[in-house]
Amino acid sequence: MSRTRRRFDPYLAVISSRIRAQRSYPVSFRLDMLGALAVGVTEFAEVWVIFAKVGVLGGLNFHAILLVFGLSNLAFSSADMVAGHLDRIPEYIRQGTLDVFYLRPQSVLAQLMTSDFELRRVARIAFSGVILSFGFALGGIHWNVRVVALVVLTYACGVAIFAGIFVCAGSLQFFLINGAELTNSFTYGGSYAASQPASLFPNPLKLFFGYLAPVVFTGYLPTLAILRLPGPAGLPSWLAWCSPLAAAWVWILASGLWRLGIRHYQGGGG
Amino acid sequence: MQGRRNVYWQLARAGFRRESHYLLAAFAGLLTNVVFGFIKAAILLAAVGSGNVGGYTTASMSAYVWVSQGLLGAIQLSGLAEIGDRIRTGDVAVDFIRPVDMQAAHLATDMGRGTFSLIPRGVPSVLVGAITVGLALPTSVMPYLLGVLSIALGVAISFLGRFALNLAGFWIVETRGLRVLYMVVSTFLAGLFVPVGLFPSWLARIALATPFPSILQTPVDVITGRVTGIAAVEVVGRQLFWVAVTCLVGRAVALAGRRKLEIQGG
Repeated sequence: MSRTRRRFDPYLAVISSRIRAQRSYPVSFRLDMLGALAVGVTEFAEVWVIFAKVGVLGGLNFHAILLVFGLSNLAFSSADMVAGHLDRIPEYIRQGTLDVFYLRPQSVLAQLMTSDFELRRVARIAFSGVILSFGFALGGIHWNVRVVALVVLTYACGVAIFAGIFVCAGSLQFFLINGAELTNSFTYGGSYAASQPASLFPNPLKLFFGYLAPVVFTGYLPTLAILRLPGPAGLPSWLAWCSPLAAAWVWILASGLWRLGIRHYQGGGG
Repeated sequence: MQGRRNVYWQLARAGFRRESHYLLAAFAGLLTNVVFGFIKAAILLAAVGSGNVGGYTTASMSAYVWVSQGLLGAIQLSGLAEIGDRIRTGDVAVDFIRPVDMQAAHLATDMGRGTFSLIPRGVPSVLVGAITVGLALPTSVMPYLLGVLSIALGVAISFLGRFALNLAGFWIVETRGLRVLYMVVSTFLAGLFVPVGLFPSWLARIALATPFPSILQTPVDVITGRVTGIAAVEVVGRQLFWVAVTCLVGRAVALAGRRKLEIQGG
């Protein structure tokens, strides 16, 4: 016990210092919280405006889309807390500060993931939680062990899927120059796609977000399974139970890419 | 006077040239815009198919999606402006002593940058839409002429708004929260994800009381011919109004910030 604790001590020290640092500028901190909350609110408003206009879209009604949005956004914002700051890798590479991470006797990825802990991201997690609770309350769900198990499984695997996608994006930064905007298409694009009824997607998008960057497992598929709705061609609702496989696939990809990435890195010189 | 104008023209050209060196970044931006565009198109076109959605047809909705995605590089709603960094590092002191107007100089550079980004990001995006779904675009010349003016005004309003916002750095240590807040509110009210015409009326009224629809929705409406004739001239006039407002706010804040500014060292 004490040995494992000692192993994690450095990480905990970094995280707690980050938290203290953020709280020492109260105005900036409050604005940060407000900004993070606004991200969640407007993303939800985008979905809501369309459903307010048409009622049913892609076989889902408004109550069902609350579940899709709540589940996927809760997973995304939690993963964002753990791994979202990996998108700062291009900055570290450009400034040459990444070298420092290689020198310490700890895993580079673990150091980068614990290098920051953005308290503001709590605001977005809380907002997704609220939307999800509305989804649970209004969705007319038959609560039983099956549904509870599915929700827990979905959340755990959803966080893993999005965190893995962040790691994939981070790995690609070693090969790209100023590539953060490119990888945004499957990190933030993935989150956007995950909160929509995937049945509407043309086949290439279904393939991409269903199997390659499998974000449909984080919200859309489990919602179908919870509400016992049939899925569209290519995405049957029983697939929701296969989210551990989707998470495993993302992490196989992520660890492979990450290993390639950190070996490719040549150092900042000097 | 002649020389003065020349400076800003040179700055605009420099902005254009600088942007032209980041072709890979432009391509990356295009790819992201296209991926988001496909998701947006899938949802909005399905919405058009299932009811009366603000008078949009499949072709006109597709035009909205792909023109708006194409303009994204030029109008850059990210909330970032170089001036923010320059305030944090103190470089802004140099800007203040230059013999050119600070706001106009930054504006000229940004207009140059925006103009270039229409080539690698604007045109291909519209082509993607034309190939995949087909777009409804006007057949007469007028909407295009007015549309180009409207895009230029949109880029200017977007810049002037971000410029004014980033001046908050004179008073706040870290402006990230403010920038994120501005970015999400402005992109939403500008009609980036859902056209303003689909908003419930109370929300549309709120949006129209802000400069944001003038940044994106108006240029898109004008150049796709959704708004024509007198109505088009009217919305462009409204853009001019917002250029004036954002410009004056920026100048007032810069003046106040200049009094507040303290630079260490020397």
